Amino acid sequence: MSRRVTLNLGFQGNTRDVTVTIPDDEPTPWQWGDRLSVVGKPAPRVDGPLKATGTARYTYDIELPGMLYGAILRSPWPHARIRGFDLSAAQHLAGVRAVLALDDREIRFAGQEVAAVAAISSDIAADALKLIKVDYEQLPFVVDMDSAAKDSAPRVFGSGSNIGKVKHSSVGDVPKGLEIATSTIEATYTTPVQTHVCLETHGAVASFNPAGDQLTVWCSTQGVFSVRDDLAVYFSLPPDSVRVICEYLGGGFGSKFGATPEMVVAARLSKATGVPVKVMLPRADEHRSTGNRPNSEQKVKMGVDRDGKLTAIDLVTRGSGGIGGGAGSAGPFGSIYRCANFRVEESNIYTNAGPSSPMRAPGWPQGCFALELAMDEMARKAGIDRLEFRRRNSDNPVRAAEYDIGARAFGWAEKNEAAKTSGPIKRGVGVASAEWHAVGVSGPEAQVIAHRDGSVEVRVGTQDIGTGTRTVLAIVAAEELGLPVDRVKSEIGDTRFLFSVPSGGSLSAPSNSPAVRQAAAHLKDKLFRIAAPILGAQPNDLETAEQTIRMRTNPSRAISFNDVCKRIPGDSISAQGERVPNYDGFRTDQAGCQFAEVEVDTETGIVRVTHVVAVHDAGRIVDPLTARSQVNGGILMGIGFALFEDRRMDPQLGIMVNPTMDDYKLLGALDVPQIDVTFFEVANGITNTGVMGLGEVSHVASTAAVACAVYDAIGVPVRSLPMTPDRVLAALGHA
Amino acid sequence: MKPRKPNAISRRSFIKGAGAVAAAAGLVHVRPASADEKPLPPGVIEKLGPEATTIELNINGKPATLAIEPRVTLLRALREHLGLTGTKLVCDRGACGACTVHLDGKPVTSCMVLAIDARGHQVNTIEGLGTPSNMHPVQAAFVEDDAQQCGFCTPGMVMSVAAVLEKNPTATTDEIKHATAGNTCRCGTYPHVFAAALKAVKPGRATKDV
Repeated sequence: MSRRVTLNLGFQGNTRDVTVTIPDDEPTPWQWGDRLSVVGKPAPRVDGPLKATGTARYTYDIELPGMLYGAILRSPWPHARIRGFDLSAAQHLAGVRAVLALDDREIRFAGQEVAAVAAISSDIAADALKLIKVDYEQLPFVVDMDSAAKDSAPRVFGSGSNIGKVKHSSVGDVPKGLEIATSTIEATYTTPVQTHVCLETHGAVASFNPAGDQLTVWCSTQGVFSVRDDLAVYFSLPPDSVRVICEYLGGGFGSKFGATPEMVVAARLSKATGVPVKVMLPRADEHRSTGNRPNSEQKVKMGVDRDGKLTAIDLVTRGSGGIGGGAGSAGPFGSIYRCANFRVEESNIYTNAGPSSPMRAPGWPQGCFALELAMDEMARKAGIDRLEFRRRNSDNPVRAAEYDIGARAFGWAEKNEAAKTSGPIKRGVGVASAEWHAVGVSGPEAQVIAHRDGSVEVRVGTQDIGTGTRTVLAIVAAEELGLPVDRVKSEIGDTRFLFSVPSGGSLSAPSNSPAVRQAAAHLKDKLFRIAAPILGAQPNDLETAEQTIRMRTNPSRAISFNDVCKRIPGDSISAQGERVPNYDGFRTDQAGCQFAEVEVDTETGIVRVTHVVAVHDAGRIVDPLTARSQVNGGILMGIGFALFEDRRMDPQLGIMVNPTMDDYKLLGALDVPQIDVTFFEVANGITNTGVMGLGEVSHVASTAAVACAVYDAIGVPVRSLPMTPDRVLAALGHA
Repeated sequence: MKPRKPNAISRRSFIKGAGAVAAAAGLVHVRPASADEKPLPPGVIEKLGPEATTIELNINGKPATLAIEPRVTLLRALREHLGLTGTKLVCDRGACGACTVHLDGKPVTSCMVLAIDARGHQVNTIEGLGTPSNMHPVQAAFVEDDAQQCGFCTPGMVMSVAAVLEKNPTATTDEIKHATAGNTCRCGTYPHVFAAALKAVKPGRATKDV
């Protein structure tokens, strides 16, 4: 049933043999030095032409015959109790087909769903919302974290405290670590609430059959199966009576898991009217109600000994995800650098603001910003070179090698030593370390189909959130079958396909690619059985290469892949593959580092990022082109977090004051620095492909590197994000 | 934001948001319920709405007839009335460029133009630029250099790049950055957009991050 294989794993100059036990029908994991034909070569994304021509169909583009447009009424008040509704005026408006008062009578944030309508046009739906009368009993509220943490604050959840359960964890003895330190620092770092700003807002088109027992939903989601399961529970249907489809989605970043309120509303309106209903959120609702990255206030104490080794890290961190939790930021503190004495106290503060949802490496960019700026403050105080300080406190050989590559590519040595100019524009450089653990999970299954015409299809119930999942899966199947990538079509985004996991946390590539490779290997075995008698060989003697099936020992004895497919007895032949649990491979952590250079105008306080160098381990890189797109994106979202983005709440009114795309500041084309990306390839042997995800790790250190560079430029740390001109000037004492 | 909006923009949010309220002086008069047969007031040259009115537009070189209320934007007319869903609605206030189309060759945010104000103008959309099997050079360069991730900003980004290259076939990186300064990409694909645009400037130029 299983076999033991010895794999040569590791990276350039540091490989070792590792023996793992793998199922019999599992292809041998790719190892260090394996030469692959299409994996690792830059390939344009397979759905690129559809996207570049506006042909790709997003949920927002779905139009069905007889479809109605739904709209959601939201509470203008941050805390209220609904005493009653008058829906009659809305119900009587011409063109309105259904009006729905939602169940939840307790309002806890401005923007919470209250009622919904379905009408024959989106304009009529919007008009109808204005006719719904809601009788609110307004209640005291609190939207800022400091006020919410006070004993006297209005309670967000009835009589319960606004301070969530405090999580403690501790290793070693922090007071002693601080005592033995030759140098210590203590500082508080803050980060704002960031919203996801998916360009395609949350939404769905839902269609119940007339009997009301079969539901089809097209939705903008990171997890078709999690949406299916949630809706099946909500409507008391068996899961296979719910079909969820998401061919394309316009961004998720962690905010689109599971059935969200607008999906439920669309489905309820469809059930009520008997026709399909489309609900896509307006931009302001997207900002206020669909999720956010909680803010943070991180109190850090750090100590270092004479040798530049950390003796203590103490972190007290709290944050508010509105009525949601998930505000921790301790991840990087306990993971990136080694420190024997480490203590964390983490808590959520609840406020009357929209709920948080996971956002690109939840907690890590915030934590990394505080950790790395503290590391620089510590290094400066102790008189140690910043990069050397990091090297001394990291025991990860991958990161050590990455520091060397990055420092060379960036020109760290000379830029770090460069004297500051006397003019108002100060240049500075910074370095920060990234980490994630994108090894993927078992669970997904894949199907690979060869048709008589020689075309190949991959089918998996995953989704492509823009990372290039379709492309990666096509490349992996093409590699196994000895085909060029354009011979393989990836079909995803439908619960009619085999199960897969949500696309988040950098799970997609490492969880799905091994299932596809195994399925392709199984298909290959079936094709070998067709080819063997033709070649006068045993199936075990055959291999695929260069669009042929041939004898391993005599490659000239070959038959073209197409000719084998022509002998498929029916229309097609297919095989399945399973994502088996991870093996104990080389290492499961995923190191990276980023170097940033900034210019700070000390007269205006404006920060400009001019250059970023990123070095990342993502195991085996399947497609360097789309991988680089992801890393660029992680860096740029991090620069936006460092310099611009900030959800602002009005403490008097309890509402978000900037729920637009002009008042909520995002990075744009003119803010983009030069970016150089290097992939540090590691054969990790954790799965048969050894692929890791890149979405999170590319984003973890970007904000921190910029903050460290600003500190270097102006000589004082800016400990609060975003580093807006007023904060930079205040740090310089010019406020 | 792009300094490139037609004059119609200043009226758009007013009319679009207000429904049956009289419009700004000049072009459009929203008909009061009981004013059917009255002569037009001085300065008013046309009466439209608030009910749906049949208008003709020129979209991608072809005439299109549609019945719309005057408050309908060009963006929604394209998407909801003409089935041209390549143009995307994202911010609905001219801040993100996802709905960029060409109006007489100039890039405009179609969420800020009323459909009735597009009468008499040439409207070109992403669908008119190229198709998957016959892509415009800018679209082909976007694919080759992976100037797209989730793809939702891509049609607008392509339209902005195509417009600047039409006007300035030798555009520099800096000019391309300015041309796309009004297009928001949340995935952060900008470096590849600049590379693709430069490739479309000079076909055959090596792919390079900028």
